[in-house]
Amino acid sequence: MANESNIENRVDQPTGTEFVGHEWDGIEELDTPLPRWWLWTFYATIVWAIGYVVAYPAWPMIDRATEGVIGWTSRGQLAEEISVANKAREGLLEQIAATDTALLTDDPQLMQQAVAGGAAAFKVNCVQCHGAGAAGSPGYPNLNDDEWLWGGDLESIELTLQHGVRWDGSDQTRFSLMPGFGDIFTTEEINALAGHVLSFTGRSESSATGVQLYADNCLSCHGQSGEGSRDQGAPALNDAIWLYGSSETAIRGQIRAPSHGVMPGWKDRLDPATIKMLAAYVHSLGGGETLAQQSDEPAEAADEQP
Amino acid sequence: MEAVLGRAGLWFVIMFLALAAYVGAQDAGFAAHAVVVGVIAFAFLCVTVMRYDPLARAQSMFRMPPGPSRYDDDVVRWGVIATVFWGMAGFLAGVAIALQMVFPALNIEPWLNFGRLRPLHTSAVIFAFGGNALLATSFYVVQRTCRTTLAFPSLARFVFWGYQLFIVLAASGYLLGVTQSKEYAEPEWYVDIWLTIVWVAYFIVFVGTIVRRHEPHIYVANWFYLAFIITIAMLHIVNNLAIPVSFLGSRSYSAFGGVQDALTQWWYGHNAVGFFLTAGFLAMMYYFVPKQAERPVYSYRLSIIHFWSLIFLYIWAGPHHLHYTALPDWAQTLGMVFSIILWMPSWGGMINGLMTLNGAWDKVRTDPIIRMMVMSLAFYGMSTFEGPVMSIKAVNSLSHYTDWTIGHVHSGALGWNGMITFACVYFLVPRLWGRERMYSMRMINWHFWLATLGIVFYAASMWVAGLTQGLMWREYDANGYLVNSFVDTVAALKPMFAARAFGGILYLAGGVLLTYNVWMTIAGHLRDEAPMTDAKHNRAADRPITAAPAE
Repeated sequence: MANESNIENRVDQPTGTEFVGHEWDGIEELDTPLPRWWLWTFYATIVWAIGYVVAYPAWPMIDRATEGVIGWTSRGQLAEEISVANKAREGLLEQIAATDTALLTDDPQLMQQAVAGGAAAFKVNCVQCHGAGAAGSPGYPNLNDDEWLWGGDLESIELTLQHGVRWDGSDQTRFSLMPGFGDIFTTEEINALAGHVLSFTGRSESSATGVQLYADNCLSCHGQSGEGSRDQGAPALNDAIWLYGSSETAIRGQIRAPSHGVMPGWKDRLDPATIKMLAAYVHSLGGGETLAQQSDEPAEAADEQP
Repeated sequence: MEAVLGRAGLWFVIMFLALAAYVGAQDAGFAAHAVVVGVIAFAFLCVTVMRYDPLARAQSMFRMPPGPSRYDDDVVRWGVIATVFWGMAGFLAGVAIALQMVFPALNIEPWLNFGRLRPLHTSAVIFAFGGNALLATSFYVVQRTCRTTLAFPSLARFVFWGYQLFIVLAASGYLLGVTQSKEYAEPEWYVDIWLTIVWVAYFIVFVGTIVRRHEPHIYVANWFYLAFIITIAMLHIVNNLAIPVSFLGSRSYSAFGGVQDALTQWWYGHNAVGFFLTAGFLAMMYYFVPKQAERPVYSYRLSIIHFWSLIFLYIWAGPHHLHYTALPDWAQTLGMVFSIILWMPSWGGMINGLMTLNGAWDKVRTDPIIRMMVMSLAFYGMSTFEGPVMSIKAVNSLSHYTDWTIGHVHSGALGWNGMITFACVYFLVPRLWGRERMYSMRMINWHFWLATLGIVFYAASMWVAGLTQGLMWREYDANGYLVNSFVDTVAALKPMFAARAFGGILYLAGGVLLTYNVWMTIAGHLRDEAPMTDAKHNRAADRPITAAPAE
């Protein structure tokens, strides 16, 4: 460099800076020093970094890393945040866990807290199938209405939540299995049967074949006039609520080869208080029943227009 | 004649092996890829047999260099065309998936659903568009700054066409569902092996050319190109270590598991950004900005310091992609710390590029290519500031997994990588095809504004979307309960997704202008328009040194 500089101390006119003296395909380089602010900011980040790696876990050693002088860990931070949140709700959760589910409605303030907690848990665990507004979709029940396959009082909802529906993780799971009639009935017979089912809501005329087939094959579960049976998880056929579609085609399809949805039980994944709060939330959506109501007026659906 | 027979025999063997692979294939994806390879081998077989006349062969697309007195630019020309072609494919795929986010009905199952189109988009823009730009410019720049021709002309041609085969196999694989599910490293084991072969050949051509240089020193652009080539080889090989389920199937298991796999993946992923999209493109910047501005590089010292600090620091920053995960705390700390120290080294490149315009700032007003370069460097500066900020754990806990990341990536990709590539294409096309200037300089100006506006829509909408998302996810009510479900946040983001798609369409429209402009220039047309400034080109001086080295 030293002997080159004698020859190469040309100065770039617009900037007043010396050239370095190299040239490639017409490109030259100026001998501008490092911008001071750039250099000092670079140093500052290095100094900060040294401080940070002293304070926080940083250097891998033989069997563990340095722990940092302030003793921070990400697990510790999480545990602390969770414990603060739990502490804030401590009394409430204990109170809910200790209250008999059926009696939750007797304490309006506690019930309100349970509904709020249930709403939050619902957003995390249930919306994937039942939808953000709990309105369901074909195959996934709407939880806002007052038709219940397995019962709509707090305890029944809680049981469904704990053990699921057709869930192989629990012996107490809600279980029903409608046989498929596609291989047994002719097309005409299935059409007649669907016609009879539709006649419950006045959407079709019944026929002698339909009445006979219904009485022989369906009545024991779905009831004389299609009122259904919660003991067997058999849906009511005399209202406007259809899990797998209300069209004649959908009903015929369901007779031929019924769909059987599965809901997982939550007893192993959520704590009892959360399940109780979820039951309270679902109960609060509009169709919640009291125990007495359930036994007095089974599946009365007066306000539903077919 | 014997040589022709030998080559024909080689293609026949490859075709036969491809047929055997097709017959024995364990799954449809592998079979499809065997067919692709077989068809290409058959095409080469036909071409070889028909064109045994050496004169005709000289005029084919495998044209050999004109001799030591001229630069070997054939591969560069093909590379520029491939850059434009794959760029359009990648932008189009990007617009398609942006629209799928707004209108989910556009997910056409199974080949064109979001999950398969998304890697097609990322690979097309990064590896096909960006990769071809790097191939073409590196072969152009290394010859000129070393004042010599490419070291191994046939190997250079193999690098280009082999790389195109890699792209075709990767892209068709994504649509067929062939993926090893590593972000930016989706191609399966056999495609990875092929890329390794191509990449080693690339390294040999590049280093060979530097070795036979007629200049005493190696220009800074070549340091960056070399760092890019070497590091990408290392990253690609380590991250793709895998055991195939069958040698005739398209499935494999990664050599790493669990958090080790995640760390290896993000060591790779972040340095794909650092060495592919940063070091490689800085190399482009170091040659084309001073050439277009016709000014000396701002600071030789800065280029040394920022090169070595960038190279040393980038490789450690990957763990910031895994904050608050199963990755041990110490690794997260180091990832964050190195990311923050990386801020100034990154800005060194921006300063050196922008300040090179000292004494020629008026060109920002008059020269649309310079304007693109300046905007590109501005976006480089912005995203290399945003990156360290996002690596800070407290910020990351809000930004991670949100669309903020997508906005950050695109301000870098669309702004820095896209703009500098467009500028280089506009610089190269008239010189490579011997034209006076681009067909239309005004059209470059339009391209500049469409692209800039597109990026503004894209980045701004994703910043808003990311912050909205992050804040909604962590929102708790007075009793400590979660306020929003995931789908609530998706519904809230829909207008932002639409704004993003609009930005993408603007950027794509700029790409259409680029394609048209390049097409017309190559066709030899010159638009009659009010003139704008452009850098001068001395065609007579643009040749290698054939005599003894300059010293």
